[in-house]
Amino acid sequence: MDLGTLIAAILTLFIFSFLYKDNPFYKFAEYLLVGISVGYFIVISIKTTVVPKLIFPVFREGDLLCLIPGILGFFMFLRFFPKLAWLSRISMALIIGAGAGVSIPAMMQAQIFAQMKASMGSYASINNIIVALAVITTLSYFFFSREHKGALGTSAKIGVFFMMLFFGATFGYTVMSRVTLLIGRAQFLLGDFLGIIK
Amino acid sequence: MECIPPVAGCSIHWMHSKTFFLDKQVLFPTLVSNLSRRMNLKGKIRSLISLLVFFVSFSSTALAAEEVRWFDPQKTGLLIGIFITIVLVFGFILYGKKKGSLKIRSIPGLEAMDEAVGRATEMGKPILFSSGLGKMERVATMASMNILGSVAEKIAEYNTPLIIPNYDPMVTTVAQEVVKESFSKAGHPESFKQENIYFVTQSQFGYVAAVDGIMLREKPATNLFLGTFEAESLILAETGNSIGALQIAGTDSTIQLSFFIVACDYTLIGEEFFAASGYLTKDPLVLGSIKGQDFLKLIIGILIIAGGIFSTLGYNFLINFLGK
Repeated sequence: MDLGTLIAAILTLFIFSFLYKDNPFYKFAEYLLVGISVGYFIVISIKTTVVPKLIFPVFREGDLLCLIPGILGFFMFLRFFPKLAWLSRISMALIIGAGAGVSIPAMMQAQIFAQMKASMGSYASINNIIVALAVITTLSYFFFSREHKGALGTSAKIGVFFMMLFFGATFGYTVMSRVTLLIGRAQFLLGDFLGIIK
Repeated sequence: MECIPPVAGCSIHWMHSKTFFLDKQVLFPTLVSNLSRRMNLKGKIRSLISLLVFFVSFSSTALAAEEVRWFDPQKTGLLIGIFITIVLVFGFILYGKKKGSLKIRSIPGLEAMDEAVGRATEMGKPILFSSGLGKMERVATMASMNILGSVAEKIAEYNTPLIIPNYDPMVTTVAQEVVKESFSKAGHPESFKQENIYFVTQSQFGYVAAVDGIMLREKPATNLFLGTFEAESLILAETGNSIGALQIAGTDSTIQLSFFIVACDYTLIGEEFFAASGYLTKDPLVLGSIKGQDFLKLIIGILIIAGGIFSTLGYNFLINFLGK
């Protein structure tokens, strides 16, 4: 057994100790994970963003346009100075505005239009009728302008039924995949670490 | 106009008669310096025209080189859809502003928000708010920050501690701004504690481990999980459940909703989460947009039925209209 396996096994057991209650071993593993991950992501950000997208273009290629995002990024650090902290709002406004502008049409295409197309199948098939019924009744549940009474209430109830079917199915499916992860950890502890199973 | 861009410059056939050779690295500064130099009006006009030609030719070269298309016919349906959405939303916002108030149906998860804040105040324990793993450009994170604004206002009134551990540094900054503004609005700017809104890590399970630890040590009376959640949703909600916290969750991730429904007291399903900020603030601007979206849903429902009928009859123009 190499040192890496030993450390991984000990840390796995430290994390599992949380199932009993909060304890110093769990705290150690938690702080280690948080600290290492923050350090790792800082290095990754510098290597994949700051150096190739700011330092190299500006200083090697003389592309001064890249200074603009650099300055906007620098504004974020001005939050440490209360008098200049307002400048960081410019960077935030750009990210939120551009993010909304890019994501809203993409979501409309990928989620609304794709769903509409999938629900417009020929009614000659019972499956297509069920799909269309499920989509329309589920949509009616998310109709906020009126209380769920009368026909809208009935439709919304049918919509809830369809949603619960979906939630039940995804719950079962995801629990199965999580059990697979647990089996993987158990195999690691019993096989690689203790050598009880092969 | 025909453009063939070589590596260092571009050869431009202008009006089929004249051919210029433009090196963008040299020509642009020369033209600009000509304009600023002392020369007669005729010379300046010439330089200005040259500059215009440069811009037209350079942009057309860029277009030809990168084959930029300004309009994609495949996305006509999307354009019309967005246009209808804008018209409906703006129309209802104007209507809401004129009318003063718009009503929307009650949402149980949001009605419990007052109870959640009150409970924490009575118990003298903090409230934990998590926007999950979403970055600031995600719609769910934006909705989460909207809800945080109105919840923080209530929290400020009761002077209850609010803890917000964040996954993303940008979300941390926005959350600090939002809470600070809400505390000022509520008339308690002195109660705002920036150190309670902090960045944890961008590692998914590192974040979960930290938030779980915070829950066990700080023992919040209320947990609000509103935002983008992935595999960590059940771990967070189960830990919160084990400490007896009242939990309200909301996300746009349909798969994670099932876990929140199981482990939380109230769950905002799908669009309830997006409607939440309007419901809490009663702001005609947000309520108007919710009403507009309701009518959009009505149109979508009608189109689905019509599309199905046309498909049955063998006409697929409606499906094709929606693009690839």
